[in-house]
Amino acid sequence: MRRIYADNAATTAVSREVLDAMLPYFCESYGNPSSLHAVGREAKKALDAARATVAAALNCDANEIYFTSCGSESDNWAIRGGAHSKKGKKHIITTKIEHHAALHACKALEKEGYEVTYVGVDENGYVDPADVAAAMREDTALVSVMMANNEIGTIQPIKEIAEIAHNGGALMFTDAVQAVGNIPVDVKELGVDMLALSGHKIHAPKGIGALYCKKGVRPDVLIEGGGQERGRRGGTEALASIVGLAKAAEIANAELSEMDKVAALRDKLIDGILERIPYSRLNGGRSPRLPGNVNVAFEFIEGESLLLLLDMEGICASTGSACSSNSLEPSHVLLATGLPVEKAHGSLRLSISKDTTEEDVDYILEKLPPIVQRLREMSPLYEEVAKNSK
Amino acid sequence: MDYSEKVMDHFAHPRNVGEIEDANGVGTVGNAKCGDIMKMYLKVDDSEIITDVKFKTFGCGAAIATSSMATEMIKGKSINDALGLTNKAVIEALGGLPAVKIHCSVLAEEAVKSAIADYYKRKGIENDLTREMDCNGCCGCEHDHHHHDTEEE
Ligand SMILES: Cc1ncc(COP(=O)(O)O)c(C=O)c1O
Repeated sequence: MRRIYADNAATTAVSREVLDAMLPYFCESYGNPSSLHAVGREAKKALDAARATVAAALNCDANEIYFTSCGSESDNWAIRGGAHSKKGKKHIITTKIEHHAALHACKALEKEGYEVTYVGVDENGYVDPADVAAAMREDTALVSVMMANNEIGTIQPIKEIAEIAHNGGALMFTDAVQAVGNIPVDVKELGVDMLALSGHKIHAPKGIGALYCKKGVRPDVLIEGGGQERGRRGGTEALASIVGLAKAAEIANAELSEMDKVAALRDKLIDGILERIPYSRLNGGRSPRLPGNVNVAFEFIEGESLLLLLDMEGICASTGSACSSNSLEPSHVLLATGLPVEKAHGSLRLSISKDTTEEDVDYILEKLPPIVQRLREMSPLYEEVAKNSK
Repeated sequence: MDYSEKVMDHFAHPRNVGEIEDANGVGTVGNAKCGDIMKMYLKVDDSEIITDVKFKTFGCGAAIATSSMATEMIKGKSINDALGLTNKAVIEALGGLPAVKIHCSVLAEEAVKSAIADYYKRKGIENDLTREMDCNGCCGCEHDHHHHDTEEE
């Protein structure tokens, strides 16, 4: 059966080139970069090179890059460590649409006695910098706003928000896990103090991430250890994964212009869905939006059953419905845009990548409408609508 | 999420989907906010046998599968037998449900009871089934659910 992977916001395939770059670091150059001997020195050389590559991709210095175990660790380190490093300041500003890794790190700070302001978004899923400015206080330690949203793909005005944070003497952190590799990410241009990224969203493996910390910005250490990462993050470096992350970042940067093609397919998908399926609505504004993100709410149906039927046709997607997760609430992101709970249950996210073809998009546009219709015919909520339109 | 083969079968090929024009018992349970609504239509004959049953469901795979299974289990049965249908029996018939989906089976049981309650009401027969059944507890609200078996199979 044909299989179309349209869940790249959840994770991506490791690319062949990335895997090839990694392979020597398992059985041949397997050294510990901290070891003094030849095998260790070889590893150290690869580590340094990888750090330089990631730094180049973000336009910073190599010694501003710290490797971590994942995006979640980077988020936790930046938010908790960043807040703790601002002694005496007890206020955090973030948004209602952050990834749980960032959101729950803020919740953890609340338990320690920090006050957190959760700035809302407009109906299109954008943060208004004026709201951040209005929330600033004397004791604001940190402003944490994600660069691009994983569910609805909206891209936030990070540069403006960073200026506001700095004018108020706060640190600025952005979770750029979904942005890196998809849109230009230049830490100098953005003016942020810290920025998180993750390997598995850019065709590198799962379980590797990085945190950019601007020179002089020193979030309190989260993982104590044997002095790795210049004493800032313990743990023997996951060299193969680090090399993979660097390769992926390098490729993504070199091929950033490819993303225009992805964006064109995204638009075809959005327009095609909205044209073919009545009672549907795009979640998240059209622009600026991640090139691969499509998120649509279909009235009268529930997302999990939609996913199951799409899966039967070989289409892998995701939903913001509560029923597909272990929680009882539908997506906090969709609710933050003002989407009513019942409509949030009927949301579908398709996240495409540069591996997605026009034929894939056509296939989705062919399969999706009858599936939505089939579920609507089964839905008691659709009865009235169907009767009125007869 | 791991659904049993039976669940997937009933989800992909639901039995008894639709409406009954001249139903004499109709019940709706659940709410859109929780993410599942089941509507059940019954046609009950003079000797209190359920000669036909249909359903419509807004909800997840398990909600559709439990509705489908419940309709199969009560079709051709007496009202009394149908009242004896438990969520546990529905779970068993489906070869188990993931823990987070147990509430769907509760909803299916309640949909049957709600439709029967409506049948009684239309006939003017007193019954104790008319208690509020518009929430199955999935939204975290505090209702009395302990009479149901909520163990994972
Ligand atoms: C925006 C965002 N932040 C953080 C994460 C967490 O990254 P990781 O899975 O590497 O922990 C993800 C993805 O899961 C994400 O989409």
